[in-house]
Amino acid sequence: MAYDRRELTAVFVGGALGAFSRAAFETLAAPDPGHWPWPTFVVNIVGAFLLGYFTTRLLERLPLSSYRRPLLGTGLCGGLTTFSTMQVETMSMIEHGHYGLAAGYTTGSIVGGLIAVYVATMLVRRVRVRVRVRRR
Amino acid sequence: MSVLIWGGVLVLGGVGAVARFLVDRTVARRTAGSFPFGTLVVNLSGALVLGLLTGLALPHDVALLAGTALIGSYTTFSTWMFETQRLGEERQAGYAAANILVSVALGLAAAAAGMWLGMRL
Repeated sequence: MAYDRRELTAVFVGGALGAFSRAAFETLAAPDPGHWPWPTFVVNIVGAFLLGYFTTRLLERLPLSSYRRPLLGTGLCGGLTTFSTMQVETMSMIEHGHYGLAAGYTTGSIVGGLIAVYVATMLVRRVRVRVRVRRR
Repeated sequence: MSVLIWGGVLVLGGVGAVARFLVDRTVARRTAGSFPFGTLVVNLSGALVLGLLTGLALPHDVALLAGTALIGSYTTFSTWMFETQRLGEERQAGYAAANILVSVALGLAAAAAGMWLGMRL
């Protein structure tokens, strides 16, 4: 398999910044299985919105670029958001008998994430592709 | 010490993202069709390992580096949501629903299995 070193570097840099932001945000609130995990919930919804925005813009609006999607999409948004932490948090809620919270957190994250991607996509698509017509 | 830890968060966050990119691409190339198996494999394997790390009850800094930075960056919520929304948009509602249900059910099972294993090690 061929590796594009600059593409991997873009993923690395974006991932480092995304994960750093998430980790800094997570340290603001100590995890407690009895409460809604706001830090993870917020970074996941914000990251889903940003990924919907960046990817739609890069695929449908901007000229083809090799490194923006790996940097902003795969790297930054991928590193900012997390599936594993969400699942472990939900499992801890279930272990402590907080079934309603676990169901609400899972449903809320998925519904919120899908709406975030949808809204970001529509925001990009609402802006018409500008075609310059020069009048003589 | 704190600067060193946060430098480690940056590096391991980057490593996790690169690992996700490579695993996703490897799996996607070996599977046919539009179902996003690459992200599913990444997220399930990450949930298992993070469950294991949680079960081990590691010191705070080690958990921050190995769990939050490395595995947190390796798995992704945004791509999972993006791929699901696009499946729905392309009138593949069955795949979109399956991507949600399978990820949640197996993701919780993987996290539980990892936690169970970690507490016994």
